[in-house]
Amino acid sequence: MYPFTFTKVSDTAEALNAGHRGGRYIAGGTTLVDLMRETVERPETLVDISALPLRGVTVTERGGLRIGALVRMAEAAAHAKVRTTYPVISEALELSASAQLRNMATIGGNIMQRTRCTYFRDVTAGCNKREPGSGCAARDGFNRTHAILGTSDACVATHPSDVAVAFAALQATVHVVGPDGARSIPFADFLLRPGSTPEREQALQKGELITAVEIPAFPRPLKSGYLKVRDRQSYEFALTSAAVALHVRGGVIREAKVAAGGVGTVPWKLPAVEKHLIGERPSQALWAEAAKHAADGARPLEHNRFKVELLKRTVERQLRIVGGTK
Amino acid sequence: MSPQPQAAVGAPLTRVDGRLKVTGKATYAAEHDIEGVVHAVIVDSTIGRGRITGIDTRAALAQPGVIKVISHLNAPRLVYRGNPESIDPPGNKQLRIFQDDKVLFHGQPVAVVVATTLETAQHAASLVKVRYDATKSSTDMASAPAGEPVNYARGDADKAFASAAVRLDVTYQQPRAHHNAMEPHATIARWDGDKLTLWDKTQWPVGTQKDVAAQFGIPNDSVRIIAPFVGGGFGSAIRAWPHIATAAIAARETGRPVKLVLSRKQMYFGTGYRPAYEYRVRLGSDRRGRVSAMVQHLKSETSTYENFTEGVLHAGQMVYNAPNVRQDYRTVPLDVNTPVWMRGPGFATAAFAVESAMDELAHKLGIDPIELRLRNEPEEDPSNGLPFSTRRLRECLATGAREFGWSRRNPKPRSTRDGDWLIGTGMAIGIMDVPRMPAQARVRLDADGTALVEAATSDMGPGTYTSQAQVAADALGLTMRNVTFRLGDSTMPPTPPHGGSMTMAMVGSAVQDGCDTVRKQAIKLAVEDERSPLYGADAGNVVVRGGRLHVKDNPARGETYGQLLTRNNRTHLEVLGSYTPGETRFSMYSYSVTFAEVAVDARLGLVRVRRMLGVYDAGRIISPKLADSQALGGQVGGIGAALLEHTVTDHRDGRIVNADLANYMVPVNADIPDLRAIFLDGGDDRKADPIGVKGLGEVVHIGVAPAIANAVFHATGRRVRELPITVEALL
Repeated sequence: MYPFTFTKVSDTAEALNAGHRGGRYIAGGTTLVDLMRETVERPETLVDISALPLRGVTVTERGGLRIGALVRMAEAAAHAKVRTTYPVISEALELSASAQLRNMATIGGNIMQRTRCTYFRDVTAGCNKREPGSGCAARDGFNRTHAILGTSDACVATHPSDVAVAFAALQATVHVVGPDGARSIPFADFLLRPGSTPEREQALQKGELITAVEIPAFPRPLKSGYLKVRDRQSYEFALTSAAVALHVRGGVIREAKVAAGGVGTVPWKLPAVEKHLIGERPSQALWAEAAKHAADGARPLEHNRFKVELLKRTVERQLRIVGGTK
Repeated sequence: MSPQPQAAVGAPLTRVDGRLKVTGKATYAAEHDIEGVVHAVIVDSTIGRGRITGIDTRAALAQPGVIKVISHLNAPRLVYRGNPESIDPPGNKQLRIFQDDKVLFHGQPVAVVVATTLETAQHAASLVKVRYDATKSSTDMASAPAGEPVNYARGDADKAFASAAVRLDVTYQQPRAHHNAMEPHATIARWDGDKLTLWDKTQWPVGTQKDVAAQFGIPNDSVRIIAPFVGGGFGSAIRAWPHIATAAIAARETGRPVKLVLSRKQMYFGTGYRPAYEYRVRLGSDRRGRVSAMVQHLKSETSTYENFTEGVLHAGQMVYNAPNVRQDYRTVPLDVNTPVWMRGPGFATAAFAVESAMDELAHKLGIDPIELRLRNEPEEDPSNGLPFSTRRLRECLATGAREFGWSRRNPKPRSTRDGDWLIGTGMAIGIMDVPRMPAQARVRLDADGTALVEAATSDMGPGTYTSQAQVAADALGLTMRNVTFRLGDSTMPPTPPHGGSMTMAMVGSAVQDGCDTVRKQAIKLAVEDERSPLYGADAGNVVVRGGRLHVKDNPARGETYGQLLTRNNRTHLEVLGSYTPGETRFSMYSYSVTFAEVAVDARLGLVRVRRMLGVYDAGRIISPKLADSQALGGQVGGIGAALLEHTVTDHRDGRIVNADLANYMVPVNADIPDLRAIFLDGGDDRKADPIGVKGLGEVVHIGVAPAIANAVFHATGRRVRELPITVEALL
């Protein structure tokens, strides 16, 4: 670990000031500290934002939900409003990491977490994300867990978050504050595909701070859920995952929100699947037909070809689980 | 047979050191508080093969607190005189630390940084710049040439196979696997003049002592190893790996005690592993399932500097009574570090191939897998004609079938469904040989009626502290509370390596010998002492219970050890007990049968174990509660081997890609279902050793992976011949 200075701030202005001078924000630290130990991250200054007032979960005027950036994963998952209104969020959180990590890690930190690509985390390997221009060791290396969607020549790493997949599906908004004031970023624009600049992962300006993630209101009832497919039963990142939310009225699907995880360089929204569902009546055949489009545009690598088929089946399964088999 | 009542042996006791462990007071290797200790961190090579052309240590040395950076450029030349008692692969060709500029594998130690704090040493190690002249490394067993084979043959297996009515020809692949014990490998080294003390994680204190003495060219008794607790080993701590000498070099060069702890990542190349295997099996049988031919070709990986082999041939020779068997076993030298034994070494590997093949044959013949085994069960060891000391496989099979509910099984694959899940059951046999080596134990009975028993063995988790005390307590006629067993110090009486399932049997036999002798000395003292109530009694008719000697049929006539010794002005009695194996005329193995039920998601390919049962013929069970834990641990390891564990090498440069516990999968609690262990009653095997123990630690793991793989076949109808069985094989 490289030496660093550590400062604790007590209000947002102080945090922004430190952030503007190049400080890195730290909350739960469950990702950043690991990466510092591996010398992947070498911040000179850490700014502890744990004391900032960003902890609440509140219902918005429009009936959505606003989750403070410093709300712990465990708190968000257990929150009554989250559980009843957006089960997909609770489930995604509870299938993440371990109980210990969920007690430390925050919602803001969760969507900021960096890829689990083992070449990214090994400073002796080539990685354009860690060291632009050094090449991508994963592309022709061991890439079983890597992305099949949204990849570029420069990078094939997945975004590891589960709850970000739910946020992508539900078209959340990320609220940030910076030296020039507050702004809101649609979730689809918040996490960046690698393109030729994989080192740039979020649409944040220098010193900007996430304050909350807002989930929009949906017509009721909204049935939702998260399915995570992985080698072992717990404590592992997704091989594939699916976040699904459906609003069915009069026997017809009126709203369909579907996104996939474990397969994309960012949480992967599936508009083609959604389009197949809207206006249709739930049926096993519909789920299968819609899920056929889940891997549209996939570019598999040597060891992750199985993800193409697995993704389709994962989405099909989760459509059935959420939408029922009628 | 001891005339003593068995009070402690066979009792399901809780481990005596449990409280120390759960309260954090058990001192593991890195936890010894050594005054003035400084910290060492190894710099690993980042190429797979080549030469070091330069090392720039300026940035590292500029860090405040850095004491020294040691590499081949400034390290002392070590002697490496060779240690004839070593269990290393033969030839004294172990990796010689910092002795030249050669890099033999990715991750090889190329320098070590010593600093006043761990953090400084870690940071400075990352600042050491090593320049290399790299050449292409060879790490892929599939494409590299193999060496000369070891061969075995009986009958004419090729001819018998060619003429067999039913033939099977299949090849199984098993990956490299790492032990991944909880405790990292760690050493604290301190020189006092020319004497070296090492607080080390080791499964063999006297082995490490002699290996290190040989490396430094100093007398054995100039090296002392202290290792009272070992946080899991599974075989990885049975050799003196290079980091131990590294710590000793660093301590000598800096004149300070040095602590060196390997990182989790470094354990993937700084210590050994279970080697990858390719195992081809050809089985020939008649239509009734009588196996006539077994032709087997084995290939495993090793390093370029040591030829590691293990007991992978026994199972294919002696589990089944095939008249014609041929085996050849080749190793493939690669630019990797040397493999080492890992739980059930060789035997677990062979079980996956042989037991999967037998399951395939059973399916092909339409014969129940258990029935097929029974039809090929030998009466004597078919590999050497020796009678078995004990072999109760038929009982294991019958008991297991009954308790598991085998008769309810629909033999047709893919015939049972539970929602999205396909359900299947499978079984497999495991065997492990009973190696025998000499052991000693010192027994001291004090006049206060307590006893101290010592042996230089180890306790990596099975509960040696507890089970050896149980043997001693009964032989001495003391309660457990009054017996202390100590281990983990090379100054204590020597024992075999704490591995190969030997400790209970070998050390236990030495402990019993010493305790029997002490007890008999006390009895002799009493019956010859006119002041003793036992004066004149028949020594053979005196027993000891709760520290009190008395005539067997007349408990009123007797006295305590304390009374006897005090009156005779004896502070204590002390004896060196020993066990020396003689020639044997028996074939000696432990046996297991594992049954597994799995669920496989028909669409998503996920495999989840639902329940398992192991039935064991392991000889006498000294400590049933510990044995149960041992068995469940072995089953858990088998779930890992079957479904998760796989060390991945990037063949472009030889780096291990998944060198951490986030990417090297082991089972977590959620993967562990209902596990059950049954030990056959009345298991004493006195032909094996005086206490009738055959050994347990390995056989509980051997055969688990093929039982699961066979269950996956039964669930899905799909045969997966490569471990681990993951989603992609079942989509």
